[in-house]
Order: sequence, then C-alpha cells, then structure tokens
Amino acid sequence: MKSNSRLLSAPYTVWMTVFIVLPMLLVGYFAFTDKSGSFTLENMLSVGQYSNVFLRSIWLGAVATVVSLGLGYPLAYLIAKTSVKRQNVMVMLVMLPMWMNFLLRTYAWMTLLEDNGLINSFLAALGLPRVHMINTAGAVVLGMVYNYIPYMILPLYSVLTKIDQSVIEAAQDLGAGDRQVFLKVVLPLSMPGVISGVTMVFVPAVSTFIISKMLGGGGNLLIGDLIDMQFLGSAYNPNLGSAVSLVLMVIILICMGIMNQFDDGGADEKGGMLL
Amino acid sequence: MKKEIPHLKNTIISLKNITVSYDGEQVLGGFDLEIHDGEFVTLLGPSGCGKTTVLRTIAGFIRPDGGDVFFYDKNITGLPPHKRAVNTIFQKYALFPHLNVYENIAFGMRLKGRGEKEIRKTVHEMLAMVNLTGYAHRGISRLSGGQQQRVAIARALANEPKVLLLDEPLGALDLKLRKDMQAELKKIQQQTGITFVFVTHDQEEALSMSDTVVVMDGGVIQQIGSPTDIYNEPKNAFVADFIGESNILDGVMLEDYSVKFAGHSFRCLDSGFGRNTPVDVVIRPEDIKVVEPDSTRIVGDVTAVTFKGVHYEIIVDVAGFKWMIQSTECPQAGDHIGLALTPNDIHVMEKSEYSGVFGDYSTFSDEMEEDINTSDEASENTWAEEEENTDEI
Repeated sequence: MKSNSRLLSAPYTVWMTVFIVLPMLLVGYFAFTDKSGSFTLENMLSVGQYSNVFLRSIWLGAVATVVSLGLGYPLAYLIAKTSVKRQNVMVMLVMLPMWMNFLLRTYAWMTLLEDNGLINSFLAALGLPRVHMINTAGAVVLGMVYNYIPYMILPLYSVLTKIDQSVIEAAQDLGAGDRQVFLKVVLPLSMPGVISGVTMVFVPAVSTFIISKMLGGGGNLLIGDLIDMQFLGSAYNPNLGSAVSLVLMVIILICMGIMNQFDDGGADEKGGMLL
Repeated sequence: MKKEIPHLKNTIISLKNITVSYDGEQVLGGFDLEIHDGEFVTLLGPSGCGKTTVLRTIAGFIRPDGGDVFFYDKNITGLPPHKRAVNTIFQKYALFPHLNVYENIAFGMRLKGRGEKEIRKTVHEMLAMVNLTGYAHRGISRLSGGQQQRVAIARALANEPKVLLLDEPLGALDLKLRKDMQAELKKIQQQTGITFVFVTHDQEEALSMSDTVVVMDGGVIQQIGSPTDIYNEPKNAFVADFIGESNILDGVMLEDYSVKFAGHSFRCLDSGFGRNTPVDVVIRPEDIKVVEPDSTRIVGDVTAVTFKGVHYEIIVDVAGFKWMIQSTECPQAGDHIGLALTPNDIHVMEKSEYSGVFGDYSTFSDEMEEDINTSDEASENTWAEEEENTDEI
C-alpha cells in the first residue's frame, strides 16, 4: 500500500525536483555569487537600494487585493445565494475573461485608458474634460484587479456555498437579523475563503511585471519589472535578479504567514474568558 | 424557573387555515392547530406528511401561502424568525462550528445585549441542566453526537423561549442514547414549563413523551389526543396501523355492542354506529390470548414465530387472514391454536379512505420492515433537498 502510493506520486516528485527545487537552488546560488562564481553578499546588500520599488509593489498589491475583496465578496455572496442553475452560469461569466490571453486583456486596457484612447474620446465627444489615466498607479491597480479578481471570487464562492443553511437558520432562530447573521456567522465561516482569495490575488499582484509595464509606464516600476530587467533587459545582471527574487519570496512567505494567523484563531481560543 | 403544571387553558400558538406549497405541490391545505401553554405536543407522521412544514411555519422559516399564525392573540404570520419568541432544535443540531460550547450557548444572549456576568451564569446553569458541566471550552468538532445534541438544547433554552420547537432531534442518536435523551427532554420540559412542539416519525417516542399527540398524514391531522387515547381509541385504520401493531379486520356493526368479523359476531364496548354498518375492527396483538383450539371460535395455524425478547411475535393464519399475536406463550410453526378475545380487546372504527390499505400480516417479515425503513429514509432525503431548493428560490 505504502510503496504503491509512493509509485503514484513519483511523476510529480520528479517534476517538482527538476522544475521547482533545482531552479530555486540555482536562484539561491546566483544570489550569493558574483559573475565569476565566487561567494559574495554584494547582491543581497544592493537589494536595499530598491526598497522603494518593494514598498510600491507591496502597496499597490495590497490596494489591488483590498479592492478585489471589496468587489469580489458581495459578488461571491450573491452567486452563492442564487439557484444552482444560475450559479453555474454566473461562475462561467466570472471565468470568461480568463479564456482570453492575459497580454491581450491588458493591452485592451491600454487602448481604453490612453490619453487619446476610447474613454477619453468618449468624454471629449460629450464635451467633458479629458482625464489622464494611463501610466498612473491607479491604472496599475485597475489592471491587477481586473486580471486577478476571479481568483478572489472563486474560493469565496466555494466556501460560501458550503455553509450549512441550517446554521444560518439557527442564527436567525436565536435572534440574529440579516446583518448579525452575516457578521457573526457567514463572515467568520467564510474566513478560509477570504484567506485563500487574498493570497491568490496578493502574490501574483506583488510580483507582476506585465501590468505595470503596459499600464504603469516607466514611473511605476515594480519588483517584477526589476527582476525582468536583470534577466532580459538592458541592466543584465542575473545575480542581482536572483537576490531580488529571493527577497520577494521571503516577503511573500511572511505575508502568508501573517494571513494564516487569522485562520488559526479557532474556536478553542475564542471566548476563553470563562471559569 | 419553577415547575408549572400544564393547565392547558391558554392557547399559545394557533395555526389557522395554513396553506403551504413547494414547487406547486401542496403540502398543507387549510391546516388548523392549537397548542396550549406548557403543553408537550408531538407532531407524528411518516416522511412527507407535513409535520416539519408545520414546525418551520411556527418558527418563521416558511411564510405560508395562506392562513395565519397567532402567538397568544398576536398575529405573527409576517414576523421573521429572529423576532419570534420561539427557538428551534434542529435535526442536525446546526451548532456554530467556529464557536466553542460556551459561545454557542451565549450566542442568543449576546445578540440581546446581556451583560457578561449574566451570560456566564446562564451558560453554566444550562450546561449543568444538560449534564455538560466542564465542557464550556470544548470546540464543537470535539463533541460526540449526543453531546452536540445537548449543546443544541442548552443553546435554545438559554434564550428562554416561550415555545421550543424540536425537529426530530433524536433521529441521529443510537437507541440507548435516544431513550436517555427522551427521559431528559421530558424532565427539562416539566422543570421549565416551556411549551414543547416535538416532531418525530417514531411512534414510541411520541407516546412516551407527549401530553398530546397529533397524528398527521398527507398534510392532514388524522387524530389529536393523549397518547393513551391515540393508542386505545384510534380514529381510523391509518392511526391504528401507524401507532403500534394492529390487526385491522373488515367488520359489520350489527347493532350497538355487537360486531361481526372473521365470520363470527362478538360483543364489544362500542355503540352509536347504527345497524349493519360496515366498520374497521382493530385488535392489538398483545390483547389476544393463545388458547386451546376447542375452547374458542377463532382458530388457525401458526405460520411463523419470532422471539422479540419480552414476548414472541406469532403469525397465525385464520381462514386466509394472517393475524399477529404477541404472547409469552411459544407455540411452534404448524401448531393448530385458538385465539381468545374479550369485549375490551375489540375496538371498532368508522370506515375511512385508509380502510383496506393496511392488509393482514401475510407479507410480514423482518426484511420487509427494513426495506420500508430504507425507502423511508430515501424519501426523507429527497424531502430535505426539496426544502433546500425552496429556500434558494
């Protein structure tokens, strides 16, 4: 039985080793060596120069995550409340944009937001003043929310549909109005969905480079762009790129650790003021 | 909370002309029921008879299509569940999985804005009442089914409801635990004096706990009465068959105190049916005495004998009609025996739509019984699904 299950997991183990563990070791190696291959802390130390890039990435990623949660939760709640038939249609509509190529979708926003783009042309036609939208932090956040919001909605929806209707009825029965049912029962029970949704939006948003490149212009450099430049761009320096990647990974791990803390505050610790 | 002897005078809940349909299928049509203050009422019937619908209408989870619900003199038909002075104990307990035992019980009191001191006092009183002292810190997932049930009871009672609604609360427990909980619930009801409305399909549970039993089938009340009335004086063949075992025979009321069935006329205690009126005759298996064949008029051959612990269950073929007899005597299959009845053992009922639906015990066997139970459960499940769907719409 045990050897059997080991056999079944073998393909994935090999995959993991070759394509995830080895590259990560390589990243670690490059981060702590110079161009000639000898050990150095130079790369790690120079990451500090880019702290404003890190802060901007985390800030924009966090804003995008909060906006996604704010928009996504009510929608997920609405979907979970409708009949099963309509749920399937609505979930499909949420996923629909994901069928289109990521670059194409982001490119579409470029043409919409440009100073001479569709939105500004429309405003001008109405006799309204033009608004500068492209190449701003707001445009980057918009692009992040637009691209990643399905990853917020889907886990929330799946958690919300699993909440037992009788638990909600029990809360009503004990005197909870709609608002209290939501705050005291639905929201706490949907926390696992909130956490996985936040993680699934925050992590790609923090490390994106396409969105900031296309919608943020040169003024909104993010960590992803920084890494991109070290490997493929003009500033070719894989050692520094690896060091930045490593720091980013640590930051994401810390963020996820903090998020999981919210989830662990289980029933046993709460309400411990008795006896 | 002091004990109050149910005087059964004040009507606390009354349902008037309630109509409820799911997906165009009528479950209740013109349903009337009065529940008295301090009463232990049981709604008893097979799956899909509408008993849970009645309970959910009282709780406020179902808004009836027609009719009115009164709490004392107040019409509460449009009142949402959280504003009603009733609490429910759900079939699957429906405890809050994210809260521990203490917080589950405190839930209702916190909503009412009670002080922490009062909450603590009540929670511990409730825990003591349901024998769970010391479990306050436990997470819900670490409790057994029986313990979860007790928390559900404590949580509902902590709200000091005027009426407690119990939706087949003991269904998921094993037999021994169910018996204990029956006794405990009855005790709690007597201690607190709260009106209990209990829904079950278990006739024995209904008989042993209730002041009043409401037997339902097809959304219609078949009989309301005390457990002894329901058992001894069933109104029709459905009630006779559903409550306990019954031999239901086709008979003719010859005149007052004289009824003819199984080819013979017998003296009985019933009157007022008129002369030569077709009737159903009920004879309970435990009332029949096994005697020598030459000393009585009903004689037959034993076809099966099953040991049941307290007694034997004997199937006797009397001229093609199979009787069930419960006796401590143990005849052998194939024995030729006589069955003796006294006038007291014979109960005469008017003919109803159920006449002839319940035959004799010719197809009776333990496997049959099991089949019936499983199909019962299956229909219960589809029922639950139907209800969920209506909630979503």
